[in-house]
Amino acid sequence: MRTAGSISIQVNRRTIALSIGTIMLLVLPVAAGLADEPYLVSLFSRILIYALAAVSLDLMLGFGGMVSLGHAAFVGIGAYVIAILSLHGFEGTPVISWPMTIAGSESALLLWPAAVVLSAGAAALIGALSLRTSGMHFIMITLAFAQMLYYFFVSLEVYGGDDGLSLFTRNTLPGVDLGDDHQFYYLCLAALSAFLFLSWRLIHSRFGMVIRGCRENERRMKSLGFAAFRYRLVCFVIAGAGAGLAGALIANQTEYVSPGLMHWTRSGQILVMVLLGGMGTLFGPVLGAATLLLLEELLSIYTEHWMVYLGPFLILVVLFAKRGIYGVIAGKNGNHG
Amino acid sequence: MAESLLSVRSLTKRFGAVRASDDFSLEVARGELHALIGPNGAGKTTALNQLSGELLPDSGQVYFDGRRITRLATHRRARLGLARSYQITSIFERLTVRENLSLSIQAHNGHSFRFWRKASHDPAILQAIEPALARVGLEDRSDIPAANLSHGEKRQLEVGMALAGHPKMLLLDEPYAGMGPGGAVELTKLIRRLKADVTILMVEHDMRAVFALSDRITVLVYGRAVASGTPEEIRQNPLVRQAYLGDEVNGCSR
Repeated sequence: MRTAGSISIQVNRRTIALSIGTIMLLVLPVAAGLADEPYLVSLFSRILIYALAAVSLDLMLGFGGMVSLGHAAFVGIGAYVIAILSLHGFEGTPVISWPMTIAGSESALLLWPAAVVLSAGAAALIGALSLRTSGMHFIMITLAFAQMLYYFFVSLEVYGGDDGLSLFTRNTLPGVDLGDDHQFYYLCLAALSAFLFLSWRLIHSRFGMVIRGCRENERRMKSLGFAAFRYRLVCFVIAGAGAGLAGALIANQTEYVSPGLMHWTRSGQILVMVLLGGMGTLFGPVLGAATLLLLEELLSIYTEHWMVYLGPFLILVVLFAKRGIYGVIAGKNGNHG
Repeated sequence: MAESLLSVRSLTKRFGAVRASDDFSLEVARGELHALIGPNGAGKTTALNQLSGELLPDSGQVYFDGRRITRLATHRRARLGLARSYQITSIFERLTVRENLSLSIQAHNGHSFRFWRKASHDPAILQAIEPALARVGLEDRSDIPAANLSHGEKRQLEVGMALAGHPKMLLLDEPYAGMGPGGAVELTKLIRRLKADVTILMVEHDMRAVFALSDRITVLVYGRAVASGTPEEIRQNPLVRQAYLGDEVNGCSR
């Protein structure tokens, strides 16, 4: 058994880092206002949204041991649900008129749950097929599904095809002005915090234990009496739902969606965020998203070949920090974040 | 046989030209410890895999507790009370000993589509975890990651996990594999204790353990059961001696 002393040190180190991070994120819009850099608010909104997508991927990747290279597909679906329904809501035309009429809308209360549900639905379908494979085949099949969706939206001329689709305005939410960057920022922060809290409950629940068991040893899970496939599928669906919410947010933030959102390089980017921040930790992906997007932003000021510098950095982190940036900050035994 | 808990009838499994199981039949009575022995490559593990459901036979039937389970999925067999432990230790290395056992308990305690309450606060698990730790003698090691256990302790945990769901029958695949003398003594004690509660089918190479523990022994050669009987009968069986045991039996009966 660990001694009580070392436990409290770990908790402290983790808690301190967590508190500092939370405070920084809470005061960021104010600080950006004082520094006269309003651009920071939208940059950090973007970071929070991608952090949400990365945390959702980490649920299946880090905790469930399912390496997906198609996670951006669900972000894209969430974003397109918003864009398409908003377009019809703005024009006052139905989305479909047969077999029943579905009208468009611009209300976030309607659209965002729709984005989450449809992404989850797509994840259920894709997951049910992909999870019959494992390892390299699973990576390839998730990649293939995401690319199929990518080309589907590229060829969907009605909704802009390759050029994508612009929103006329952000969605409406009673009591919140989504058009205001500060309010939108805090909404993103709230969404990320809520998803982190849900994930934290989830990984320590019975379900979370089963998922972690499947990551370690699927064969043994079956011989213990678990229907591993079903648990993995539900995990896949939850991850897809989280990505769908991120998609809904990104569509509102940029007021523009395009097939590029679900391109496999985007899935790769989310995967890198998870690896960089620390796979199998809750807050790692948040750190990873922040690090990657900030570095991208910073390096591209100096050179357009910023990838040249980012690449070696990634390699160093993967080689020397086993649990990513989170592992470095929280110490070796900082459990799951 | 009405008393059979496990009944295997004419199981056949081919891998290409090799008959890993060839018209293999076996009866395991309720409450007995039955050992399955045979030379290397006799198809012992293949047989066990077909009983646990990880392999499906080409033909033949398996009955467990009065139910035909020939083509039932592994996790369903486990839920019927047919548990197995592995030759190569198969525990969850990154989870603690307690978490390993609590997962095993969870498997037999309702479904696990529960997303909110902490598993470690689940009363059903809490109630069963201490006895499960005690049964395999790992109370003092409960909060360390399973990867840090000694080989013997890992084997104990391995068996403990199979037992946590209170199975009717336990399939033990070479429990003594790679075990030092000290660990083997501990394990023998553990298996002796288990015999009282659960029917066991054990595949094992360690003849000393087999003859010390078994009620009945079945000898497998080239996928076929060539003899079945009490340790004494097996020791006397000329066919068995010729096919497989030879000197080892003499060595043990010294």
